[in-house]
Amino acid sequence: MADTATSPETGDEDAGRRDFLALAAGGMGVVGAASFAWPLIDSMNPSAEVLALSTVEVNLDPIAEGQSITIVWQGKPVFIRRRTADEVAAAKKGDGEDLRDPQKDGDRVQNDTWLVMIGLCTHLGCIPLGQKGTDPKGEFGGWFCPCHGSHYDTSGRIRKGPAPTNLPVPPYKFVDDKTILIG
Amino acid sequence: MRKAMMSAAAAVLMALSGSALAAGGVEVPEREWSFEGVFGTYDRASMQRGLQIYKESCSGCHSLNLIYFRNLTDLGYTEAQAKAFAAEYEVQDGPNDEGEMYTRAAIPSDRFVKPFPNDNAARAGNNGALPPDLSLMVEARPGGANYLYALLTGYADAPAGTDMMEGMNYNNYFPGHQIAMAPPLSEDGIEYEDGTKATVAQQAEDIVTFLAWASEPNMEARKKMGIKVMIFLIVLTGILIAVKKRVWADVH
Amino acid sequence: MSTAPQWKNPVVRWVDERLPIFTYMDHEYNQFPMPRNLNYFWNFGALASIVLVVMIVTGIMLAMQYTPHVDHAFNSVERIMRDVNYGWLIRYIHMNGASMFFIVVFIHMFRGLYYGSYKAPRELLWMLGVVILLLMMATAFMGYVLPWGQMSYWGATVITNLFSAIPLVGEWIVTLLWGGFAVDNATLNRFFALHYLLPFVLVGVVGAHVVSLHITKSNNPDGIEMKGPQDSVPFHPYFTAKDSVGMGFFLIFFAFFVFFAPNYLGHPDNYIEANALVTPAHIVPEWYFLPFYAILRSITFDVLFIPAKLMGVILMFGSILILFILPWLDTARVRSAKYRPIYKYVFWVFLIDCIVLGWVGAQPAEGTALIIGQIGTFYYFIHFLVVMPVLGKIETPLPLPASIAEPVTGGGGGASAGAAAAKMEKS
Repeated sequence: MADTATSPETGDEDAGRRDFLALAAGGMGVVGAASFAWPLIDSMNPSAEVLALSTVEVNLDPIAEGQSITIVWQGKPVFIRRRTADEVAAAKKGDGEDLRDPQKDGDRVQNDTWLVMIGLCTHLGCIPLGQKGTDPKGEFGGWFCPCHGSHYDTSGRIRKGPAPTNLPVPPYKFVDDKTILIG
Repeated sequence: MRKAMMSAAAAVLMALSGSALAAGGVEVPEREWSFEGVFGTYDRASMQRGLQIYKESCSGCHSLNLIYFRNLTDLGYTEAQAKAFAAEYEVQDGPNDEGEMYTRAAIPSDRFVKPFPNDNAARAGNNGALPPDLSLMVEARPGGANYLYALLTGYADAPAGTDMMEGMNYNNYFPGHQIAMAPPLSEDGIEYEDGTKATVAQQAEDIVTFLAWASEPNMEARKKMGIKVMIFLIVLTGILIAVKKRVWADVH
Repeated sequence: MSTAPQWKNPVVRWVDERLPIFTYMDHEYNQFPMPRNLNYFWNFGALASIVLVVMIVTGIMLAMQYTPHVDHAFNSVERIMRDVNYGWLIRYIHMNGASMFFIVVFIHMFRGLYYGSYKAPRELLWMLGVVILLLMMATAFMGYVLPWGQMSYWGATVITNLFSAIPLVGEWIVTLLWGGFAVDNATLNRFFALHYLLPFVLVGVVGAHVVSLHITKSNNPDGIEMKGPQDSVPFHPYFTAKDSVGMGFFLIFFAFFVFFAPNYLGHPDNYIEANALVTPAHIVPEWYFLPFYAILRSITFDVLFIPAKLMGVILMFGSILILFILPWLDTARVRSAKYRPIYKYVFWVFLIDCIVLGWVGAQPAEGTALIIGQIGTFYYFIHFLVVMPVLGKIETPLPLPASIAEPVTGGGGGASAGAAAAKMEKS
């Protein structure tokens, strides 16, 4: 493509070709730079061994009726409780009462016996008491947060105290009757 | 001319430093591997057989500490199969609420289980020799896969007059020729799940392929990206050359 | 020669009136006059600064994932290789980038040696370059320790032990460097801190290097100064375009190693975790340190009252420090080897000497290799201390062209024009 012609259009043609080439080069350069930058940014995303711990499987067999366990999921405590019949009844009764964060008990559990929720008070993040038999359970028979006095009922709903919302329910599913997969 | 000599000089320097590394041991025969070259991939079937060899012949003494059970999906297994494989092993966990350590079945997010709790126990169980972890073995030896294959198939009777030390085995390729490890592979020593004939050569090829993967699980991604990057750069450089020639046309 | 541009954009103008960054960029990288006869060897300085940026960026990303503790360092690097998204890519770029950095800088330096770029008025430019080389070597040395492989540990042990050769304070200095009784966690942690720090010091020195370059302006293959606009072209678009081509080829070369031979320039022993109780069969540094390693090990005999070990250390550091005084060792009044018929060959002999020393550095220090290394070391210093001063006096240079722009056929004026040009060069 050696242009030696001296016609008046050649200069513009050359300039046009040069501009197109420069544009193509510049465009590819931008694409190249972005392609180089993406892996650097993506490396800050959770790595494979962190993602491997994004779910946790829990065996429900050893939990007796009226007993609670605490497991860690994604760095947070999760309360799993095998509720007694009385606790379930109290939770259903609470459906009709005046709730700060209205939610039916049926919407918070997949199976009436098993209550699964994140054990962090929605006020300022303390871990409420009520997991052990000897713990104070607050006025509603569920959980009581000692930091600022939030009371949760047997469905984990906020009933009294400063917390704004119910104890959140994490995503989980029953792998079989005795096992749940959280996350 | 000058430029050519400069680059030749650089190439010579690098080639010399490369060959010096192999100078420590015996010359190792080169084989063709599925994972070699620009388009290399890990042969899934071979790796699965290699995993079987690792489990049955090697894991009694050698740990594979950098591999997690979840990595086995790279070999073509499903997550359920990896989970089942893991569940056959026990790992220590704890402490529980009573402060005690307990054992549980391994899950995919666990590492492969070590055969010995620490190096001293490993030595005690192997006449003072320490069976090395195999996670990086292909990258940790000059000659890599070729060396490991030669080693595994290179056991022989000591030549007449060799002074064999007690408990040592003669090997053609191990530096010094005396290795503490007894020949780990034997003809038909394993019954492959996929029915392949288990010659020593076949077993060696399979375990080395498996170990090559264990040393660098991301090799296929690396080469795939490399091809795209090289094509991109070659095209880009071509365009840049054209731009440069245009810009400099009035000067030359 | 360059007019202050009137910026059309009001925001640009507002900023520029208060901090003339745009005028500065326009002056230094747009209008800046470059000799029109530069060849591609002048590309390597720009390539070095690109590699520096790549190393800093990849290094910061690696530092987010790396743990500088002896119990975790090796595994944290393997975690980067296996579990961190694109961690393997960032690590391989950083690892091979170090080699690329030295390849580019060595070519850059040899360009300077061949074309006399170190000669007046560019002496300080050259000396700043030697400082950059020293900082690069310190940074690379410490960086190699961080993965905590066998070569990391034993290379660190050998090199830090060298300082014990210093009389009186040697042992105390080594203990201070180690922070203990051997290379251990204290050493690793401080090497990490310093490895993170030095590249930014390097950026500062590179800045000074470039500012100094912009005072004298670039040398060129003819070794004669630009005399007017007919000898020069503006940096943009001529050298932005040309440097981009060089960058394209360089990236292809770099990418080949990163993607298809990432461990070729390294050593397998560094994939074994450091073990203080097991010494590798052959302790070798990375390839870019091999010539200096050869010089260090070549002194196996005491020299007068100086023990062999100390003499080796002195000569090893001396081989770099001598570069500082090169502008004064070279007595020639002509810059470029293009017009120095004898020096041309002397240069090649020196280059071959460096390569041979590199080969020696990778061999065990005994037998034929040791003797070759001793001859190579001897010649290395003879080149600087004897050949360069003497050659300038006895060599008859070829006649220089009248100017850069003039076609290179020796110039119409013949000997007198050449002599006149040579006299003008002695400023």
